[in-house]
This record gives sequence, C-alpha cells and structure tokens, in this order.
Amino acid sequence: MCLAVPVKIVSLDGDEAETEIAGVRRRVSIAFTPEAKVGDYVLLHTGYAITVIDEAEAEETLKLLEEIASLSEVH
Amino acid sequence: MKFIDEYQDSKLARGLARKIAQRSTKTIRLMEFCGGHTHAILRYGIRQLVPKTVEMKSGPGCPVCVTATADLDKAIALAHLPDVIITTFGDMIRVPGSYSSLQKAKAEGADVRIVYSTIDAVEIAKANPGKSVIFIGIGFETTAPTIAASILKAKQEKIENFYVLSLNKLTPPVMKALLDSGEVKLDGIVCPGHVSVIIGSHPYEFIPKDYGVACVISGFEPLDILLCIDKLVEQIEKGEPKVEIAYPRGVKPEGNRKARQLMEDVFEIGEANWRGIGIVPHSGLKIRRKYERFDADKAFSVSPKPPREPKGCRCGDVIRGAATPLECKLFRKACTPERPVGPCMVSSEGACAAYYQYGTAENLPDF
Repeated sequence: MCLAVPVKIVSLDGDEAETEIAGVRRRVSIAFTPEAKVGDYVLLHTGYAITVIDEAEAEETLKLLEEIASLSEVH
Repeated sequence: MKFIDEYQDSKLARGLARKIAQRSTKTIRLMEFCGGHTHAILRYGIRQLVPKTVEMKSGPGCPVCVTATADLDKAIALAHLPDVIITTFGDMIRVPGSYSSLQKAKAEGADVRIVYSTIDAVEIAKANPGKSVIFIGIGFETTAPTIAASILKAKQEKIENFYVLSLNKLTPPVMKALLDSGEVKLDGIVCPGHVSVIIGSHPYEFIPKDYGVACVISGFEPLDILLCIDKLVEQIEKGEPKVEIAYPRGVKPEGNRKARQLMEDVFEIGEANWRGIGIVPHSGLKIRRKYERFDADKAFSVSPKPPREPKGCRCGDVIRGAATPLECKLFRKACTPERPVGPCMVSSEGACAAYYQYGTAENLPDF
C-alpha cells in the first residue's frame, strides 16, 4: 500500500500535473510537492506526488553500487 | 523505466552480496517493517543472496493486515447502512471480518467501490449528493496525508456527504511496542522507504539510542535493499547502531514538511488497535474536532457483534515476526490467495501472500 512509482512530469496545472510513465499518462496532485517542475521525476503514491526524486542522489547511489561491485570482485 | 531498471542490475547485486558476505561475521537478525519490502525480498530471492549469518524477519508493515477485526466489522456494518457508498483501497474488500467481508456485503447489495486514490472517493461523493460516501482510511504515514488532503478538499468544495473512517496507523510507535515486548530480538531494522519520504529519518532516532538497534531506510528495488542490508551489517559489526538513509533519492532527513503539515492539521494522535498486537498508545490518527463532520465514527452509529478471530489463523503472530507463514497449519492448505482465511494471505503486501507467490524450493521444502 505504501507503493510509489517514479513518474515524469510533462505539464503543470495549478496543484495538479500531467505525468507519464512507460507511455501511460496520468493527472496527479502535486499538493505535497509544490516545488515540482516540468521534467522532474516524482514518486507517485495513490494519485499524489509525495516527493521530487533527487537525481544527483540517484547518480551517487549508482556510483557507490558500482564501486562496491568492482571492489568486492578484487578480493 | 528510469529509477527502477538501474537498481535491478544482477551484476551489481552479486557484487553487493559478496561485500555483505565479506563483512558479516556475527549472526544477526533483521526485520523489514514494510510489506512492500517483504514482497521485494522474496520476489528477488534476497534471502538466498545474503549470507547465512543474516536472518530476515517480516514485520507489521501491511496496513490491511494490521487492521483489527473489530474495525473491519465496523466497516462492513457501515456498508449495510441505507444510502451509504463505501470507498476503499482494493485489498480491503476481500479481507474476511468476523462474520462477513466487504466483498460479501457488496454481493448482498451494499454499494462498495474500490478506488485508486482518495481523490476518486471525493469525486464519487460529488457525483452522488443523495448518498453518504465513506472512505475506509487505512494506511501508514505515506497514505495519511492523502486522506488529510481529501478531507481538506471536501471542506473547501463544501462537499457535505463525504466521510472518513480513520484507521490510519503510525510506524515508529509500533516499532517501539515490538521492541518493548522483547518477543523477537532484533539487531537491525530495514526502515520503510515511503513512510520515511513523509516523516524523514529523525523519528527513528530513539531506536538506536534506547534499544541499540540499527536502523537503515531502504528503497524498494533489489539493489536498494541489498545496500540497506550492507549498511545494517556494517553498523552491527562495528557496534555503532544509528539511523542511516540508503534511499537518498527519495528520502530527506527532514521528510516532506508540506505533507506533514496537512496531516497534522487534520489529524491528532491517539491509540490504535493493531491485529496481533492490540492497543498501541500514540500509534493511530484520529480526525481533529474542527473536522469532525467528516468523521464517520461521529456521524454514524453501528454496533457490530463482538469480533472473533478465524480459528487456527496465525496472522497476528506473522505480523509481529513471531512466526513465519510456514509455521501456520492453514498456510497453502485451508488458506490460499483464492480462499484466504486471514488478511496476510489477502493483501498484496501480506507476508503469507508473498511466501505463497514467491516461496522457493529452499524455503518450501515440500513444494
């Protein structure tokens, strides 16, 4: 039930936004994420964007995972 | 899909699993709180990827599962009132109450509708002015702001036939209740990712401080969960339990203030009745007096018969992590997803449903 999926904002309309995931479009509320901009990815939970995904942090996590994978191979 | 596929890479997962195995010397027990994590852990075979020193237990993080039978009976009784439309999230309608279910009530003529969002429930109220539309408000901190928003929307748009039966529950207080009971000894907790999007990391800080238990907030893809386990193992090996975020693309230490403001405006903290655990103080959300005209508990009076639990069902023990689904005599015999006896087999987040769906030869020897 706490399921949330990353969707991309394609347009804004007041406290709502048009979002897209894998070709599917849906109108969602951005009442909790007024800072969301077109092009941002948000986590969508039951019709509401609950946070704007931090792309820099997402990159950092991936880098860390790659480092771990390569280091543990050496040992 | 972006932010999903890249966290499912099997090569990186094997690298991470090797790192965990290299690090882990002590035998430890971790609990994943969230039902979403339980499903991901079983689906991706994470228990088979981590070393034998790391034991994983499932916890109470399935909102449908922890809804007390008495509360479910109340929802069913509300459904039978004249001119009432019940709206609820999907899993709720199949959960057996003491004597019936919302699905049976629907078959008997009650108007019970599944909604994807609280927004849809408000729309149904708008479209049916002659009926009372009651939303069965289950869920944790992730969902509570959306229920608060629906009440605020109904107030703003002067929709007078919308009500909420608030069964919302809070995560940190039930973690405290489980740790206080001492029934299941834990070394670390895989903290729920999307609850933490809202509440942030600070509300867990009492757990390492008062109980010496490590806490790491995790995302829901397999690499997220492995990274979380790695951080938990590191903390436990060093003997330095603390709260860490292994899901920084979604979770900030301060959480989502805006969502919390709405939630705090509409709700106040009260006790809640949890299946298998009982009344836990400060673990529930009640609708504040200023919004009481939306409170189904105040607007409608029903008196269902005293609740009774299904015979032999060990859902309560499974919720506390005191038993695995495999220890329940009904599992896969009398209780299946087609004919569930308890909610843990109904909900897409329930531990029994996860074991049923993804159980492997290793943990289901007679399969």
